[in-house]
Amino acid sequence: MATTIFRAIEAKGGYYALLGVCGLFLLLGAFGYFQMEHHGHVITGMDNQMVWGMPHVIALFLIVAASGALNVASTASVFGKTIYKPLAPLSALLALALMAGGLAVLMLDLGRSDRMIIAATHFNFKSVFALNVFLYTGFFTIVGMYLWFMLERRMNRWSSAAGMAAFIWRLTLTTGTGSVFGFLIAREAYQSALLAPMFIVLSFAYGTALFLLTLAATCAAARRPLGGMVVQRLKNLLATFVAASLYFVAVFHLTNLYFTRNHGVEQFILVDGGIISGVFWIGQVVIGGALPLLLLLAPGTTLGRILVACAAIVVGGLAQMYVTIIGGQAWPLDLFPGYAASSSFFDGEIHNYAPSLVEMLLGLGGFAIAALIVIIALKVLRVLPEKLDDAALLPQPGE
Amino acid sequence: MSDHTRRKFLGAAGLTGLAGSGLAALAPGVHLISLAAAHANGASSKVRWGMLVDTTRCASGCNACVTACATENAIQPGTGRPAQSSQWIRKIELNEFKTGRALSLPMMCQHCEQPPCVDVCPTGASFKRADGIVLVDRHICIGCRYCMMACPYKARSFVHEPLTEQNPEVPRGKGCVESCTLCVQRIDKGQQPACVEACTKNGRSAMLFGDLNDPASEIAKRIATTPTSQVRADLRLNPGVRYQGI
Amino acid sequence: MRSNTFGWLLATAIAAFSSVTWAEVPVPKPAVTIENPGECVAPLEVIRRTHMDLLKHQRDKTLRYGEHGAKIKLNGCIDCHASKKTGSVLGSQENFCQGCHAYVAVKLDCFECHQPKNGMVKSAGAKP
Repeated sequence: MATTIFRAIEAKGGYYALLGVCGLFLLLGAFGYFQMEHHGHVITGMDNQMVWGMPHVIALFLIVAASGALNVASTASVFGKTIYKPLAPLSALLALALMAGGLAVLMLDLGRSDRMIIAATHFNFKSVFALNVFLYTGFFTIVGMYLWFMLERRMNRWSSAAGMAAFIWRLTLTTGTGSVFGFLIAREAYQSALLAPMFIVLSFAYGTALFLLTLAATCAAARRPLGGMVVQRLKNLLATFVAASLYFVAVFHLTNLYFTRNHGVEQFILVDGGIISGVFWIGQVVIGGALPLLLLLAPGTTLGRILVACAAIVVGGLAQMYVTIIGGQAWPLDLFPGYAASSSFFDGEIHNYAPSLVEMLLGLGGFAIAALIVIIALKVLRVLPEKLDDAALLPQPGE
Repeated sequence: MSDHTRRKFLGAAGLTGLAGSGLAALAPGVHLISLAAAHANGASSKVRWGMLVDTTRCASGCNACVTACATENAIQPGTGRPAQSSQWIRKIELNEFKTGRALSLPMMCQHCEQPPCVDVCPTGASFKRADGIVLVDRHICIGCRYCMMACPYKARSFVHEPLTEQNPEVPRGKGCVESCTLCVQRIDKGQQPACVEACTKNGRSAMLFGDLNDPASEIAKRIATTPTSQVRADLRLNPGVRYQGI
Repeated sequence: MRSNTFGWLLATAIAAFSSVTWAEVPVPKPAVTIENPGECVAPLEVIRRTHMDLLKHQRDKTLRYGEHGAKIKLNGCIDCHASKKTGSVLGSQENFCQGCHAYVAVKLDCFECHQPKNGMVKSAGAKP
């Protein structure tokens, strides 16, 4: 273990092809952004009823997953599981990359994205968004330092402390992300403090799934052996996270169902919501929950099966964000309980949303940014160990 | 606003005076007096502007307040979907589920004492003036739409496309969030909001505007003697707009 | 060293680019039409250098504190400087705001929201 050798991956034809594909998606994302910047949000599917759309679904998924991608590093540094130590740098790198991708989408979707400097100079500290500005920038600083301490041998002795700081910081960060919705008193689909811990558990699942996908893909592409043991252990961890996510989702909806005034919105999300209910049951619960649990817990796991489960968790994560963000806005505000309301401003109506191409491109651009950061860093930094087979990862005597 | 900028400003006023001609020589004095006068004319925390809507006088299908608002604030339908157009004030038609009782009323920014939009705004662009008017400072609004998520009255709109035909006194533009300003540009001149004026002119007089803090004002007297209600009073935001007959 | 090479390349590219710009495209002075020559609200050297600070100061006073009647205000600039032909301070390089801002290459953000034409007041009653 003490002799883990980290080496940059070698760039061959396939590497540059992948770089090119991601670069293309980055360009398409930039195209989407400049279209929105030039014409305004009039060319998106968003409107005054559906004020946050697909860019927010993707951005928040990436930001929540970023926090969870740090799981492996935290398990190594904070909880002392040395088997994960060789994987910790990749874990921190993925966390930074996902955060960068998510934040880019979030900020480029602003009505006045040209005024980014104002978001960094004017603060209203009562706002969860303003706090998040600090939480996100702090995340880059702390996880960045953590990664540096792990990669720079002279700084190695500080890496545990940095890992602990990163661990506390990312829990706070995801609490902040969940609270963006938790504090919206008027929206019946939210207004629950449960959203903060729920987002933390969801982040564990999304981040670990994306980490496993990244790890397996990198090891296969760089022809580095990946041991079955570490994958097996991560698989068990992932199954726990998925089960806990399902538990939180169930408790969240059961709590809402306890309050009679929330029956309407719950009926909408769970039963009558058309595409929203479909995305909830098929996307979030079946694909994102039941299917991966089955794949992960059934006897005789293979790497392929685990990766399918991971992909399903990612799809389920996007579905969860869709239901939370789009579903929550689709349900109209009830200004006059006990009355049927109608107006030119769509009072009392279920709001519809159909994302346009430009906002999808902007969102996919966020994935491209994250992928590009990982791909380039793997080449220029020594992030990935030469060997990740069982023999290399097993604790050596005397450790 | 720092003292530093203020000093620079006064310095500029002084320079104006030193510059020359007889007219300009008067400038520093005039300037300082006008500044002092402006201070006295500013929004005062002794005042709380508010509105009382008598729904029993408001007619279903009458849109005079909405039209007057659109004219005053130069709000036109956008080129996109109707759902993307700004609406600072709208008429809501209500039907009670149990009884079928129908009523009609105008809904706009309720100018809360504890506005959720101000709480959630990351930059401080959403703010409440000393006299209770809730406004958006478009100079520092970044268009995040968090306030639109937070407003319980659905009072805010996002400008989805470039605009050109603004009223010079009501700047509006692409990428910022906006809502009813109570016609602050008129209030500061001692006039009534355009919707209230139009409602009176139309013979309805369903809307009454005034200072809730002044016991002698008509609105304060009416609120003290007639039962009125606030929309979503359960949220305890203490809106400045009250309704009668709901 | 690879990074060193990159640095030199970058420096050369910047130098080449800027020398080309200077040599071949001299930016012409703007031919701004001054519609009402005479006294501005402040001496020219003051207004040229600090108009943005003065306007920013005033905008906060007016918007946040409801203070009106100041001498320096954006609508004042527009009333005096709008072109007599088009009624606007924007439109071409001859127009007051646009011409100078294009010359100094400073983004003019005011008119994303503010009305650049004069004589557009719809509100009844005298202006403060």
